[in-house]
Amino acid sequence: MTDEQIKQAIVGIINDINPDEDTSNINSAERLRDQLDLDSMDFLDIVMELRKRYGVHVPDTDYEHLASLDSCVAYLRDKMAGKELVS
Amino acid sequence: MTHYDAIIIGAGMSGLGAGIRLAMYDKKVVVLERHYVWGGLNSFYQFKGHQFDVGLHAMTNYAPRGAKGLPLTRLLKQLRIRWDELDLHQQGHSAVSWPGEKLKFSNDFELLRSEVARAFPQQADGFDAVTRAVRDYNELDLNAPTLNAREIVESHITDPVLVDMLFCPLMYYGSARENDMDWDQFVVMFKSIFFEGFARPQAGVRHILKLLIDRYRKAGGELRMKAGVARIITDGQHATGVELDNGETLTADTVLSSAGLVETTRLVGATLGSPASELSPVGDASITPTGKLSFTETINVLDKPARELGIEETIIFFNNTERFNYAQPGDLCDTSSGVICMPGNFDLPEQPKDHLVRITNIANFDKWNALNRSAGILPAPDAGVSPASAVDVTSTPGAAETAALRDYRAAKQHWYTRSSEDVLGHIPDFRPHTTLVDMFTPRTIRHYTGHEGGAVYGSPIKKRTGESGIEGLYIIGTDQGFLGIIGAMLSGISMANRWVLQRDNATVEA
Ligand SMILES: Cc1cc2nc3c(=O)[nH]c(=O)nc-3n(C[C@H](O)[C@H](O)[C@H](O)COP(=O)(O)OP(=O)(O)OC[C@H]3O[C@@H](n4cnc5c(N)ncnc54)[C@H](O)[C@@H]3O)c2cc1C
Repeated sequence: MTDEQIKQAIVGIINDINPDEDTSNINSAERLRDQLDLDSMDFLDIVMELRKRYGVHVPDTDYEHLASLDSCVAYLRDKMAGKELVS
Repeated sequence: MTHYDAIIIGAGMSGLGAGIRLAMYDKKVVVLERHYVWGGLNSFYQFKGHQFDVGLHAMTNYAPRGAKGLPLTRLLKQLRIRWDELDLHQQGHSAVSWPGEKLKFSNDFELLRSEVARAFPQQADGFDAVTRAVRDYNELDLNAPTLNAREIVESHITDPVLVDMLFCPLMYYGSARENDMDWDQFVVMFKSIFFEGFARPQAGVRHILKLLIDRYRKAGGELRMKAGVARIITDGQHATGVELDNGETLTADTVLSSAGLVETTRLVGATLGSPASELSPVGDASITPTGKLSFTETINVLDKPARELGIEETIIFFNNTERFNYAQPGDLCDTSSGVICMPGNFDLPEQPKDHLVRITNIANFDKWNALNRSAGILPAPDAGVSPASAVDVTSTPGAAETAALRDYRAAKQHWYTRSSEDVLGHIPDFRPHTTLVDMFTPRTIRHYTGHEGGAVYGSPIKKRTGESGIEGLYIIGTDQGFLGIIGAMLSGISMANRWVLQRDNATVEA
């Protein structure tokens, strides 16, 4: 999976969590929480969906790496290597 | 024998909320419900061709589409329900009505604020101070100490009438304690009623329940009706499963119970956690674990919309006495205060088929229970209009006319009459327009939900973390401390997250 696809994977999950939210203008360097209506319950869901869709496990202690799209890419690059984007 | 990741006791709002979360993440989960209809305290029934809701005057916690950080939005995200799907329509306005004083409020908080400033000019600053204290308080901090709301509110507002008027709606819609509330509960209710406000789907609670059941089934969850849990099985420290009324045994890693704290304790056959006195909100040993607050409700079908009789409000919280008394009455009912709901006065796209006025009063479970029961037939109030007589939801078809039955029926008739008279200071006389009446009592509530004492808001002792004292058994819903339709669903969701999904994520092989 390319870096761009990793971002798409995360945004795809956020869209499913909150279909009423506009995700078209996310700044990938900025914290997701500051741009979108995401609380800790939603981060649990991002983690659960990553596991369900991509078989990727994010331990509790690593949640901080999901703060922005860029940090997601850095953290998930190895874990998502060789996986297909699920739409 | 079937083994589940999780067994959920009860197909009410909390059980269904928890069930959806677990099924969504591929947990093997079953919801067990004793009754043959889902919904629990907020269910529905048919009566003489009419569709009535048991609960649902109003859904509290209204939030417009896209509103950020509010309970309703959080709930929709967690259950993957789109805002549109709820089909919410807002109230017009509601009121707190006292002899000689009325405070209007709506989903725009400024209305209440200006009403307080108009009627209680001396208290306007105090009211703003309470508002700030509520706004600044984080009710989601489950480890915060328990404080008494009355003490805090009275430190800002010195007029007891205004204090009572503010407490009245919050207590009626969510207090398990008599004449006071835990501060965190006060905050939850204040935000959900005064900041956020009321709405309802056109089709009432059926619509919400249908959404939940569909989501749950689609996610692969199993739902078993007429499957009462007779016993929770433990090995002393750990819950391992349940035994059903029919003797069948099911095992599970986790059991989530929405039956209530006292009721769940009974199912385990042990006292959960520490003694009541230690758990009481303020170390007050007089607070017993079984809730004392139950209600009667009469549903009046009118021959025309309430608005045409001159009733403008959606909901009226009223009181006729000098001090508002939110406590178990010595008599069967206390009709000196109550809630009057006009479902047709929500801003609905279509007038509902039935024009309803619903009246809720505080009632004493033990007194109702002492009347020997079974069916209750409530003749229409006005002989002139005299429609067919009404039967309440507890009625057993063909039940013999016994003396006991006559007692129950007579009591209903008596209190129906009193209740209808006692609202007349707050709404025009609707009685000549009543064509059909149904009434349910604390006994009905216990019968259909299993809640001891018909306690709609459960035990005054809440288990905010859900922990029951037994590993693998958690309290969800009303007695976890979040109630009402939205609160109960969020309770189920957050407990399923905390005790199953998060835990599972923590133990998975990296
Ligand atoms: C008359 C009335 C009006 C109300 N009006 C409103 C309103 O306008 N707005 C609002 O937000 N809230 C309202 N409520 C409150 C709201 O309905 C409740 O707070 C909420 O539904 C509680 O949900 P719960 O899941 O915690 O519990 P419950 O709904 O009680 O669910 C528990 C379920 O467990 C089942 N059960 C119990 N024991 C067992 C067992 N041993 N085995 C199997 N199943 C079992 C019960 O049958 C029940 O279905 C009202 C309630 C009433 C009674």
